[in-house]
Amino acid sequence: MSEKSIEERVKHIIVEQLGVKPEQISPEAKFIEDLGADSLDTVELVMALEEEFGKEIPDAEAEKLQSVGDVIRYVEGSAK
Amino acid sequence: MAGTERRVVVTGIGVISALGSEIDTFWKNILEGQCGIDRITHFDVSNYDCQIAAEIKGFDPTPAFPSPKEIRRTDRFTQFGVYAGWRALQDSGLDLEKVDRDQIGCFIGSGIGGLSTTEAQHSVLLEKGPGRVSPFMIPMLILNMASGMFSMYYKLRGPNVATCSACATSTHALGEAWRTIKMGDANVIFAGGTEAAIVPLSMSGFAAMRALSTRNNEPKRSSRPFDLQRDGFVMGEGAGVLALEELEHAKARGARIYCEIVGYGNTADANHITAPSPEGEGAARCMKMALRSAGLRPDEVSYVNAHGTSTPQGDVCETMAIKSVFGEHAKKLAVSSTKGATGHMLGAAGAIEMAICAKAIQNQIAPPTINYENPDPQCDLDCVPNQARPMAINAILNNSFGFGGHNATIAAKRFNG
Repeated sequence: MSEKSIEERVKHIIVEQLGVKPEQISPEAKFIEDLGADSLDTVELVMALEEEFGKEIPDAEAEKLQSVGDVIRYVEGSAK
Repeated sequence: MAGTERRVVVTGIGVISALGSEIDTFWKNILEGQCGIDRITHFDVSNYDCQIAAEIKGFDPTPAFPSPKEIRRTDRFTQFGVYAGWRALQDSGLDLEKVDRDQIGCFIGSGIGGLSTTEAQHSVLLEKGPGRVSPFMIPMLILNMASGMFSMYYKLRGPNVATCSACATSTHALGEAWRTIKMGDANVIFAGGTEAAIVPLSMSGFAAMRALSTRNNEPKRSSRPFDLQRDGFVMGEGAGVLALEELEHAKARGARIYCEIVGYGNTADANHITAPSPEGEGAARCMKMALRSAGLRPDEVSYVNAHGTSTPQGDVCETMAIKSVFGEHAKKLAVSSTKGATGHMLGAAGAIEMAICAKAIQNQIAPPTINYENPDPQCDLDCVPNQARPMAINAILNNSFGFGGHNATIAAKRFNG
């Protein structure tokens, strides 16, 4: 396994799941407003994050993850 | 406008099959007697009874889809259906910017729907649990989704439904679309069917029914409708979609007209889940209904595209049905099955075969039944063996019969103004 940062891993998943270009992804980018996701995309995105980081994300937490930065902060926070 | 009766013509054809991804190549291959069947490559078939099918290789749905993400969210059957719809739209020359899209519909059915998605997600369920099943599973597998997606991508807001009657699916789609346009509820309907069932579950299931040919070592000779040594059908995949259009609408935009749809039959055997009714009684009533609604005498028909799946019983019953409908004229009819070439595309079969009928009428050539080597005394009609035949084709019937005892027949005519 290469030593990818959490940020890189999150970005990679978002590119894969939402079919967006890497340069579209900034910490401020919101999934629905800026990256064209719909409600089903966000469910699938959360599932992919759970797979990648090997932990469950409760629905109540998942609802708060609206931007790229939200996800990075959440994963970094829960990794401690 | 002359008269009040609305007439319906075919103005666009889209196909995707093992024999081509647009109508001209496909038609050329049909006329040449090419066969799209080969050893299955989609998955390892070494322990399957049937190891042959008419697969589409290297399919690229990209030109028909708005984005790669949309492709990823759709099952292969939807990709085929949308692709064939897009081809039909291109072929029709219809400018969507210049028409009222509330009057444009889609009736793209499927016999089975997204079976590969069902398989894949069931594996996820077993291996990883219910929390890992994709939120896209249901919209990917439900069999109406080709019709739904095509309407979304091209903003077609008219009548939209997906028929489902096994192997009669897309002939019903064409018939119901014809009726809807005649009733005045749409000006154009993209109608047909799509199927992507060359997957482990369905190849196991159809084999368990003993419905499939096991001529695994001779794939090109395996599907042989009406031949004495036929031993079952061979699966095909793909889609056929035709643009059905109200005549005045088509004339006003100077559309090319392939043929006119003039009648539709729809009956049930009410007999058995898979076996045809004795002597093809339900099929015969279906053809009669199509002739009656078309106002055609039997002797006006010169060509029948048979369902002719290459199963021992089905081909005999259809032969009996045709004889009972046409009487003495049955001997003069050209009756071919093109499933020797395409395989049996299940819910896409009727529309693919209607595409062939439209080209047959346009070009005045009957397509051949390939692999016809040994006459079967029980299938003694003129099946246009092995060679395409130039001939006068004014009126045709196109038959499809499905498990569940569903029968559908379309009657079409050369367009004479």
